[in-house]
Amino acid sequence: MLKYGKLLAATALFSVVATGAMAKTLVYCSEGSPEGFDPAPYTAGTTFDASSKPIYNRLVEFKRGTSETIPGLAESWDVSEDGLEYTFHLRPGVKFHSTDYFTPTRDFNADDVLFTFNRQLQDDHPWHEYAAGISWEYFNGMSMPSLIKDIVKVDDMTVKFVLNRPEAPMVANLAMDFASIMSAEYAAQLEEAGAMEQLNQQPIGTGPFKFVAYQQDAAIRYAAHADYWNGKQPIDDLVFAITIDPAVRAQKLQAGECHVMPYPAPADIEGLKSADGITVMEQQGLNVGYLAYNTQQEPFDNPKVRKALNMAINKQAILDAVFQGSGDAAKNPIPPTMWSYNDAIEDDPYDPEASKAMLDEAGVSDLSMKIWAMPVQRPYNPNARRMAELIQADFAEVGVDVEIVSMEWGEYLARSSAVDRDGAVLLGWTGDNGDPDNFLAVLLGCDGVGGSNRAQWCNEEFESLIQDAKVQSSQADRIPLYEEAQVVFKREAPWATIAHSVVFMPMVDSVSGYIMDPLGGHWFDGVDIAE
Amino acid sequence: MLRFFFSKLFLIVPTFIGITVVAFGFVRVLPGDPILLLAGERGMDPDRYAALQQQFGYDQPMFIQYFNYVLGLLQGDFGTSISTKRDVLGEFLTLFPATLELAIFAIIFALVIGIPAGIFAALKRGSVFDQVTMGAALTGYSMPIFWWGLLLIILFSGVLGWTPVSGRISLLYFFPQVTGFMTIDSLLSGQKGAFQSAVSHLILPTIVLGTIPLAVIARQTRSAMLEVLGEDYVRTARAKGLAPRRVVGLHALRNAMIPVITTIGLQVGVLMAGAILTETIFSWPGIGKWMVDSISRRDYPVVQGGLVLIAGLVMLVNLTVDVLYGLINPRIRHR
Repeated sequence: MLKYGKLLAATALFSVVATGAMAKTLVYCSEGSPEGFDPAPYTAGTTFDASSKPIYNRLVEFKRGTSETIPGLAESWDVSEDGLEYTFHLRPGVKFHSTDYFTPTRDFNADDVLFTFNRQLQDDHPWHEYAAGISWEYFNGMSMPSLIKDIVKVDDMTVKFVLNRPEAPMVANLAMDFASIMSAEYAAQLEEAGAMEQLNQQPIGTGPFKFVAYQQDAAIRYAAHADYWNGKQPIDDLVFAITIDPAVRAQKLQAGECHVMPYPAPADIEGLKSADGITVMEQQGLNVGYLAYNTQQEPFDNPKVRKALNMAINKQAILDAVFQGSGDAAKNPIPPTMWSYNDAIEDDPYDPEASKAMLDEAGVSDLSMKIWAMPVQRPYNPNARRMAELIQADFAEVGVDVEIVSMEWGEYLARSSAVDRDGAVLLGWTGDNGDPDNFLAVLLGCDGVGGSNRAQWCNEEFESLIQDAKVQSSQADRIPLYEEAQVVFKREAPWATIAHSVVFMPMVDSVSGYIMDPLGGHWFDGVDIAE
Repeated sequence: MLRFFFSKLFLIVPTFIGITVVAFGFVRVLPGDPILLLAGERGMDPDRYAALQQQFGYDQPMFIQYFNYVLGLLQGDFGTSISTKRDVLGEFLTLFPATLELAIFAIIFALVIGIPAGIFAALKRGSVFDQVTMGAALTGYSMPIFWWGLLLIILFSGVLGWTPVSGRISLLYFFPQVTGFMTIDSLLSGQKGAFQSAVSHLILPTIVLGTIPLAVIARQTRSAMLEVLGEDYVRTARAKGLAPRRVVGLHALRNAMIPVITTIGLQVGVLMAGAILTETIFSWPGIGKWMVDSISRRDYPVVQGGLVLIAGLVMLVNLTVDVLYGLINPRIRHR
């Protein structure tokens, strides 16, 4: 049977490739439909995979496979002494896509940069609300409106960002999806034609692939950008075959109907690994799943109690039952692939006896508490309900009674933010820009109390370390500060750090050059397929 | 007849109002907030939240929101999707042909197999054929669509490799959408093999979506036939020496079809519900998947507009069936 299956797969694959005879086509079974093709108004990875990644470039890019920043459409940049001015020197000779709906008359220049950011920054910009309901969630979420004072065109090939306060992660922020560079010339053409909303449906960028067509909820077609500044891609056509169900994606991959698929169901991974002609790549995701106590409420305001509870959790059992081998135990609030990860820190041991003793010492007895379990599956927590049940059993061992609560996702996010929230919350985070600040300040900083800081934890020592790190412009100076902050975190234990998940990417053997992105994106530049 | 038609049509007005209320209320009764979902884990500060509420008009009292919504509907404005920022009616019209094509194939599949199976089961009442057919129909009726779909994919696409796994047509073919029906568009495109590809992609989803209507129609046909076969006029027809084929085909079947047609009309609603799951499994780009996505994103305008459009269509089909029923069975009109 296996042989027969292999033969079939080979024939099917051959028919996919062969009919395209001249053109090399790579088919990616994507997991959902993009919301639009202008990445800036959106926050979903599925939308970014279909828009910012293939179609656009940014001033700064992440070096593929890392969260390190490298020059993109800016060849170089200088930072002023006070950390308030970032001057970008733009790359000359960069061509925008030429399609049946737009033919560029000029190369990329400072006007495009200004257009890209000013439309998000300025409330009165004609493109600020170019289609009904457009809003700039990522730009706002990263506090850009309060951070950026002005964006100045120094000359055609030089742009200066003036900030209100020093911000070390600024360069990494500009490598994010919302900072994808749009064509000001194309925008002007659309504005004149009175078809501004087309910007979100027929995109023009400078990226490795140009947009060809989107058949809603079915397929997205791209063609290699012949004049790409970094060289034409090895493949000619890129197709996203939208396939929502993970089991169906796995079937399509095995039948040769696509070459690469994301997010396999945990139950399918073993089967795919052992299938002929399929390789499963894996990488630790840039994420963390945690249980956040409410550190402003008794008895969780006592670090000793939090520490004791952390020691009652059997992480290995969670990794086995919830992650089924696709996760690693977490000891720090940032993942091990991130720079400044402090590997010298020792995790709290699993020791119910010691935990019980510590609770007694802290004068806590007959404790009953709530644990919030998310209603959705997330990369950092594939099954929060199951995780909550395991923790419930662990806590029962040390005499703590747990009630599990859950609610609709939007409600969960809102109510878990409240300072007077009752109980500990299961949640997690996936990094945006690979900067430790994006974890430590967002999730544990004092500004996040009542918001993204679910532990409602504001620790003076920790806060001064991360604030200090934020204004240092050299990475070398920032590392020791973040390492120290992780020590404080571990001592104070506002969370039980649970796991970093592993991400899997199954693909057929003929695909080469695919590099997994620690930030969770899917990129196809540099990818080739053997004929 | 005209009076009958208008009396039916008149009933549609209150039904339609009811639908707008339900469609409007339904998404708002569900816990969850489209604006908070936009932000995800990141969260949103209260000022920003208030500004967006105002931008979307969700800060206004419910009845004003409802009034604006109905006013829009009356002017043919179904709103703009919060997530894609596109016009709801436009999205519906792009996606609906895919659902319609699948539904048509599914209902044809159900009729072509269900009616003869029901007739033969009735004629051979109590036989092995009858028992097996009705047993199979009951099984088909109780089959969870999701499981059934995956099972067929694994068997026919995975193991046997006879059918494609999912989608509407092989990705090799690419042509503009003219009618939205892939079978027709593929013929119009003139690309070699496109039509065959479109048909082969239809096989499994048609079977999956058609299974429940098939089971219902087969059972309904059987019981209607059994009832009619016992009638005096059938006995008379037999007694006057008509060929059995004429007795069954002409006298019995025509009368037995009356309740069956009503059933078919009712199956349209079932097909719409089944389409949601079938489309999800087979990555079929129709309105089922569109509605599911929109409900989970709490995309109010799409859910409100989409529900009204779908409900309107179901009503239209039911009206047609009622009228058809009146034509076939004159007694109904005069009641």
